[in-house]
Amino acid sequence: MGAEHPTATRAARVELQGLGMRYQRDAAPAVEDLTLDVPAGEVCVLIGPSGCGKTTALKMINRLIEPTGGRVLIDGVDVRTRPVALLRRETGYVIQQVGLLPHLTIASNVATVPRLVGWDRRRIEMRTRELLTLVGLDPDEYADRYPAQLSGGQQQRVGLARALAADPPLMLMDEPFSAVDPITRHRLQLDFLRLHRAVPKTVIMVSHDIDEAVRMADRIAVMREGRLVQYAAPAELLARPADDFVSNLLGADRALKGLALIRLEETALRPVPAVRAGEPAGSVRERLARGDLEPVDGAFLVLGADGRPLGWWSEERLGGADAVPSPPPGGAEPLLDGITTLRDTLSALFGTGVDHGVVVDGEGRARGLVSAADIALHARGEGPMASRSAG
Amino acid sequence: MDIEVRWDWIRSHTDDIQRNTIEHLQLVGVSLAIAIALAIPLAVLVYRSRVAFGTTTAITGALYTVPSLAMFAFLLSIFDIGFGPAVAALVLYSLLILIRNAVVGLRSVPTPVRDAARGMGLTRLQTLLRVELPLAVPSIMAGIRITAVSTVGIATIAVFIGAGGLGELIYNDGVQRGLFLTPILAGAVIATAMAIIIDLLLVLAERLMTPWLRAARR
Repeated sequence: MGAEHPTATRAARVELQGLGMRYQRDAAPAVEDLTLDVPAGEVCVLIGPSGCGKTTALKMINRLIEPTGGRVLIDGVDVRTRPVALLRRETGYVIQQVGLLPHLTIASNVATVPRLVGWDRRRIEMRTRELLTLVGLDPDEYADRYPAQLSGGQQQRVGLARALAADPPLMLMDEPFSAVDPITRHRLQLDFLRLHRAVPKTVIMVSHDIDEAVRMADRIAVMREGRLVQYAAPAELLARPADDFVSNLLGADRALKGLALIRLEETALRPVPAVRAGEPAGSVRERLARGDLEPVDGAFLVLGADGRPLGWWSEERLGGADAVPSPPPGGAEPLLDGITTLRDTLSALFGTGVDHGVVVDGEGRARGLVSAADIALHARGEGPMASRSAG
Repeated sequence: MDIEVRWDWIRSHTDDIQRNTIEHLQLVGVSLAIAIALAIPLAVLVYRSRVAFGTTTAITGALYTVPSLAMFAFLLSIFDIGFGPAVAALVLYSLLILIRNAVVGLRSVPTPVRDAARGMGLTRLQTLLRVELPLAVPSIMAGIRITAVSTVGIATIAVFIGAGGLGELIYNDGVQRGLFLTPILAGAVIATAMAIIIDLLLVLAERLMTPWLRAARR
């Protein structure tokens, strides 16, 4: 994601250098020698079991906890050299239980940090409306309500807007989506990703949900007992877990999880054996003979005049036909759009019980074919799809 | 004892009744204002510390248990008679409930709210003024209501140190004149009405200060 971001918006690089935290002298350290480099504009997810030190690590970045060793640099500046209130006002902070101020309206909650840093009223009001819209809440409807009048998911959206209010270059998020139901959580995650593409901040997020981490992160930092076990991009983590601990955390379905990272548009596809409805049989035979048409499993894909797939037509029928017939539309399911992940593609193929799915572009025109076998080969780094590897 | 209410006495003493009522209101108003002005800063000083809060509760609690007649007699022995000592006694009685309710309110701020406020860069003072005190308003107001109502009652004893008030009707005009019922009833009725009206006004004030609580119930 990082590379696609426009550079105009501020995002900070965060470096943790040998960070350590020991709550008591004789106790085991909560965090030990943690070194991480989070490039500007990336989403880094800290993950691990309860008590692995991920939340402690996060809180040392905005100095809610002061480390007992090492240091934190934001854009090269040691956070300890900065007044703590100023540091926190420049760092968005989102927590699981949201923590909206119950006695203030939604608009006032969002305006908290802008007020602290002394923006004028007009600018605050404009910013508040902009942010509520950005997180999917109509300002006319919600600005004057109180937190208790909103659902959990809506409150978390307000929490997100509030953290973004003063345009901080860094956002710290402590299990931001785990207090809501699974459907709301999934929607919030996708909305957050959309938001992150529009407003690219550096995000450091604590999570205990590996699916969330794989879905959201540019990089995942796996922690265990206060130490960093592995720090890698999701695809790299899934492909090469550092040890048994990481592969257990990823789960038995980690190969499938890896497929959720790759979209059809990022892969090379099998060419479509396309014939036009109404095309003379002679023309089809000619193209077969020339070798620029090759049936797949003994069948051609019949396209309408607009290039949309209509259905499959067996090669055997070619002998007795004058022209390619025009089957009723709907015989080429599943039709898959380019942003479908390989995991969802497999699900669609198994769901419809066919060998090949047709990948279509935005106008619904056939662009290529994909099969479960192709995906299996791709997972091993072979086959036709692997020629354009995803990132 | 004369059971009949003597309306002619009331009619001929309206000036006295009015004066006593105003004196009573002054006693209650001034002592309540001073008590609140002392209790809230004290609560703010002690609410973070268990030891400090415990000590404060012990001292104000001991004051609260002193019988009111003894308290007035004691204050009379140190100071002179009059308005001041009466107010002092009423203030001392008010402190326990006011401080305890304010501390409970200040401590009732949910942890996530406190964490979020800290994480956004509010200083301690800003957290106190913008988060903790506003959220403590319902608890503080509950304390003020109890205190106000009981102060209206206790203030009738102020007559014994010459501070006037409705106690004058009840004691000087009623009890000391062979239990003359009319002024006793007049004082009691006015005190009760005063307590109820003050309580209603405080409820109204609380509603105006806590719009978010009504919104939440909608």
